[in-house]
Parts: sequence; structure tokens; C-alpha cells
Amino acid sequence: MALVLNEDQQQLKDAAHAFIQDKSPVSALRKLRDEKNPDGFDRALWQEMVELGWPGIIIPEEYGGSEFGYTGLGVVLQEMGRTLTASPIMSTVLIGASAYMLGASEVRKKAMLPEIAAGKKIVALALEEGPRHAPYNIATRGGPSVDGYRISGEKTFVLDGQVADELIVVARESGEPGDRDGLTLFLVDANAAGVKITPTRMADSRNAANITFNGASASGDKIIGEKKKGADVLDAILDRARIGLAAEMLGAIEVAFETTVEYLKTRQQFGRPIGSFQGLAHRAAEMFCEVELSKSVVLDALSAIDDNRDDIAQAASLAKARLNDTFHLISCEMLQMHGGIGMTDEADIGFYMKRARVAAATFGDSAFHRDRYATLEGY
Amino acid sequence: MSDLEQFRQETRAWLEENCPPSMRTPMPEDETCWGGRNAVYKNPDSKVWLDNMASRGWTAPMWPKEYGGGGLNKDENKILQQELGRIRARPALSSFGIWMLGPALLEFASEEQKKHYLPPIVRGEIRWCQGYSEPGAGSDLAGLQTKAEDMGDHYLVNGSKIWTSYANFADWIFCLVRTNPQAPKHEGISFLLFDMTSPGVTTKPIQLISGSSPFCETFFDNVKVPKENLVGELNKGWTIAKALLQHERTMIAGMGSGPGGGGGSGLRSPSVVAKKYAGEADGRIADPALRDSIAAHNMNSRAFGLTVQRTTDEAKAGAPPGPASSMFKYYGTEQNKRKYELLLQAMGTQALGWEDSTFEEHELSITREWLRSKANSIEGGTSEVQLNIIAKRVLGLPE
Repeated sequence: MALVLNEDQQQLKDAAHAFIQDKSPVSALRKLRDEKNPDGFDRALWQEMVELGWPGIIIPEEYGGSEFGYTGLGVVLQEMGRTLTASPIMSTVLIGASAYMLGASEVRKKAMLPEIAAGKKIVALALEEGPRHAPYNIATRGGPSVDGYRISGEKTFVLDGQVADELIVVARESGEPGDRDGLTLFLVDANAAGVKITPTRMADSRNAANITFNGASASGDKIIGEKKKGADVLDAILDRARIGLAAEMLGAIEVAFETTVEYLKTRQQFGRPIGSFQGLAHRAAEMFCEVELSKSVVLDALSAIDDNRDDIAQAASLAKARLNDTFHLISCEMLQMHGGIGMTDEADIGFYMKRARVAAATFGDSAFHRDRYATLEGY
Repeated sequence: MSDLEQFRQETRAWLEENCPPSMRTPMPEDETCWGGRNAVYKNPDSKVWLDNMASRGWTAPMWPKEYGGGGLNKDENKILQQELGRIRARPALSSFGIWMLGPALLEFASEEQKKHYLPPIVRGEIRWCQGYSEPGAGSDLAGLQTKAEDMGDHYLVNGSKIWTSYANFADWIFCLVRTNPQAPKHEGISFLLFDMTSPGVTTKPIQLISGSSPFCETFFDNVKVPKENLVGELNKGWTIAKALLQHERTMIAGMGSGPGGGGGSGLRSPSVVAKKYAGEADGRIADPALRDSIAAHNMNSRAFGLTVQRTTDEAKAGAPPGPASSMFKYYGTEQNKRKYELLLQAMGTQALGWEDSTFEEHELSITREWLRSKANSIEGGTSEVQLNIIAKRVLGLPE
């Protein structure tokens, strides 16, 4: 597929842009933070997104979606990224709907995907057990019991875990932490007995949760993917999550860069605009190149999913690593080039830098993805 | 069958008949065909291949037929390139006339000049060199001092150029000269063509750190140039110079975006080379720090390749041409330099041999190519000049 948006995708992007700029500027995130909103997002805004059909973008029409593809979802995430908009679209649609589409039985798909498309359910992936992304490093056990399965273990950094209706829990049936074999993805009711959810507030003003499972009950046929072979579907889900997150990061990068260039043109020191100094101008030009390369890898990765290419994993690691690094660079330069004002809470700059760091730590930092890319490429 | 499919069939059949078998083998550097009056064909098939391709105008496939070109549209040219690639055909002709001068003449020259100069370029009969840089005008190219005085029926050229690629082999030169010393520097420059055998022209090769001498100093001592050899308007040569520089940048950036978008293939691929020289453990490059550096480099190359592709796709979709050439020149050449640094890092002393038989031939070439790559970010506008262009013309940062 060509690396340009088609007309429909461009229209969706324009519409999302107008909506987000109007309804969810950065001040909306600031308000959520200042109010200490327990949900971590604005439910009224989420309802409006539901009415626009956003939760159903990637879901096939037969399950109540609009089948607009990952590139369609990507442009919406990119527009949301511009203003750092918080919503359950990442947890529930990008990850939750993808998981169901990739690995649920027909019965489960029919039951759940229309609910997601209609914005009636929030789904969260309970994966991580340590502070750094390690998808196979799972100690949480899923073992058979008289009435199905029991799950015990501790999960951390579960995105939207504090508001989820259903949890996709990565648990180990056999083997040791670190093994790729032996994992199963159980679907667990967030309100079930033995599930203890503790909300955590992150630096980027978005919420997550630590979740303890103490013999929570699960069923052998309420799963995603295959039993003990859950890593296969988990990798595919995570690649979609990484690519979608990269699209969101791209939007934030664009604003951070545009804002910085504008400041270089207007801020006067020594009687001239600071952008006339080569020490800053060359750094801005280098950033421009990094941003252009970032646009290309995101578009390529999104179309890799839509075209069902066999190199989705490479495209995902390429996109996530590059967007991590570019967002880090641009947000740090944004602060430095703004000088003292960048250190104040009143400016939005800090929000972008905090989001850059949390996003980078989500689903694999750059070192993780360089290692993975090299392995996939056979070296 | 669609017209394009028919074109492909015909092209394939024609190439089958007209591309000599030895022209489908990897090309040693000393068999590169540059054409020209004094061309020496080490392999006689090179001349056959050049003449066959030139007879179709396919050495310049997209130039109009009336000027000797192939008259192909974009889609047909793409098919031609694919079919050439399919049989691994060598380039029939390497030519600054085709890559740089021709596009500028098509845009700026008079009808008479196009008819006169373009067909011999297509046929590889005249080899051109570029007279741009001067000892005192490098990055500040518009500061050039070589002057052309109006003597009534001719111009009299005096001065010198430097870094003139292959001037010692060239038949003609396209040259920037100062025709109005009083005007602001960009407004007193003209674009002149003249024969290198004109009395008063001398060249002197410059030996480089890589041991080769692709560049010359070129001296002009009272060289008489006919007035009809002026391209475009008098004192408006800077516009032509800039357009031509864009073609040059695209050409140089291409050096860093070969197979795999600058990742390099075979014995120029850092990952292949690292496994061979630095060792392998469980299918991985044994040195984890080197492996990480190579992955980072290859990922940047892939991202760069995708950006070239995206720019092409956007142009096809009708987007206005972006500032691509400066970004590509900057990023592509820096990336090519990094590739050679990684190759050296992986190969250790085996990439530091100068001559003698204890080294493989490709190892000795990597030493030389590494040194040659250092010029990539200087020639055709330094990296710093490209960053200036991006900052000012793309981002609109103030002077």
C-alpha cells in the first residue's frame, strides 16, 4: 500500500482533529489531574467518542464495527495524541478489541465485540509484573481447580485497570518466568471474588492499576488464543498496541515540535529571534528529519497490519523504538529551548515530557525493541 | 493486454536480444562506462551495450524523444528499470550530463541549445564535468570569483575551479562564472558551457586520503568562449545553479540509500560483516554492544528508506514537492558514513589494510570506501549547509 492516507482516512483524520481540538484541548487533561478524577478520563467525552463510532473503527461490520482498519484508528489516536487526550480507546479498542479479533472464539466475539463497539464495556490487559516491559516474565499462575481455573499473582501498570469491566490476564500454566511456552490469556471479570484493584496515578496524569489475583476464578473456555500457547496471540496483540501507541506519540511529537519552532521564531533575546542562532536552528533542523522519519514508520506499521503483512513485528518494533527516541528528543528540546518557562506547571510543556517518558516505558523501551528487531532480522 | 503489459513484454524481449551477457555480471569499478571522446572500453561489450541503449534513448529514458531521449512516461520508465534490474544489467552509461546538466538544460536552455547539447549526452559522446567550487568558494558557493568578461564577440574566462570531478577526462564543462562583479553576489553569476580542449584550460588531479584521484584543480587562462554558450540569461545563472544542485544532492543522497535503504547488503551489510568478523553466539552477533549499534543503524536506514518511499508516494498523489532533497542529502550521507564506521568497528584491523595479499580484495576496498565516504557530507553542500536550508526554507526560522 502507498504510504499516503486515502480520501476516507484523511476525512476521518480531519473530523477527529476538529473534534479533539474543540472538546479535548490539553487543558482537559490538566483539569482531570487537578480534580484528581478517579477514572482518569472524562466519561462524557468518551460517550461522545462512542457516538462518533470510534470504538468500532477496527471491528468488522458483522460484529457491529465500521471495519475502517488500523490506519483509521491510527489517525484518530494521532489526533488524540496532539492534545494528550486520555480515554479508554487504547485499553479497550486498540488492545481489547484486537485481542478478541485475533484470538477469541466465534461465540465470544459475537458476545463482546458489539459491546465494545457500543462503548458498553471497558477491557484491560493485565500483563506486566515488573517495572520494565517483559511479556514472558510471568509468575502469575493459572491452575486447574474443581470448578475451572484459579488465578493467583500480582500485576502492575494495568492501563485502565481501575475502571475495567473485564481483564485479559496473562497467566502461566506451566514452565518458569521467562519461558515463552506455557502462557494462557484468561478472561476474568474485574468484579470477581479474589480480584483486588489498586489504582495508581502516573506522572503523565493518566491512571493505571496494580491488580492482585488471589485464587480468582477463571474458565478454560473463556480465553484468548490457545492454552499454553498464549504467547503467540499476546505478541500479535502487543504489536498492535505498540503501533497504535506510536501513532498517538506521533501526534504529541508534532505539537511539541510545531510549538517549539514557533517559539524559536518569536522569542527575542539579544535583540533578535532566538531561532536565528545557528546553535538552535541546526538542532531544530535535525529534529525535523527525525519527525519526518517518524511519520513514515508509523504509516508503514499501520498499513502493515491492514495489509496483514508478514513483517508486522519488525514494523512494530521499528515504530515503537523510533517514536520513543523522537518523542524523548523533541520533548526534552522543547523544554530546553523554551528556557525557564518550560519548567513551570503553567506551560503545557511538562505534560508532553511526562507523557513521552510514560509512553516510552509502555510496551517496550527502545533497547527492548532494538534487541527484538535484531533477533527478528536474524542477527 | 494493457499497453503497459505490452511495453513490458517488448522491453523484456528487446533487452534479451540487446544486452550482451557480460553486461549482466557485477561491474568492476574500472569498467564503469562514462563515455566521451576519449573513452577506453576495457570490455568491448560495454560499448555495444551503450550504443544499443542509446539507440532507444534509454540512457535518458524520460527525456523527450526530440532531444534523443526515450520519451517514456513514469510508469514505462519504472517498468524499464524493473526489467533492467531483473537481468541485473549494468548501467549502460554513467554521466554527469544525464544526472545533472541535462535536467537543467531541459528547464533553462534555448531550443537550439537543447537540440545541440542533449543528443550527444544521451549517446555518451560528450563527457561533462561540473565547474562549481573554487578555492575560495566552498560552502559559500555564490562567492565564486572565476570571471567571464564580455569581449564583444566572445567571453574571456579567467580563474580556477577545484573539486572538479574527472575534469582530466571530461570533454566539456558546465561552469559558473562571475559576469558582473559589481552586483550582489547571487546576481552577478552566469552559467556557461565550454570545450575543455579550448586553449588556456588545464587540469591537475588531486590525490585524496583514499589514494584515488577523482577530483581535479582546473585552471582557466584567457579561455575564449563563444557567446552562444551562455545558458539562460546573463547574470541569472544562480537560479540554474540551485536547480542543478538539487539534482546533485538527490544523486549523492542515493549513495547512502542503496539496497535496504543504506543498511548495505552482502559484505557491506554491518550485521553480516559483524557475524563474520566479531563472531556469532546462538545466531546473534556475539558482541551485544556492537549488535545494539547495528540494530539502531539498520532501523534508521529502514526508516529513511520508508521516508524516500513516502515522499515518492506523496508526489504521485499530487502533493507539492517538499524540501526533500536537503533532508535526504543530510540524512542519507550521514547514514552512509555511520555504516562505514560500523563496518570498521566490526572488522577491526581487517578493514584497516592498505595493500598486499594478506587482505581480501573486499577488505581493502572497505578501507578505501570508508575514507571516500567522509566526503559525502561535504560534497554537493555540507551537512551544515543542508541544516541551514532546512532551518530557513522549511521551518521558516529567521535570518
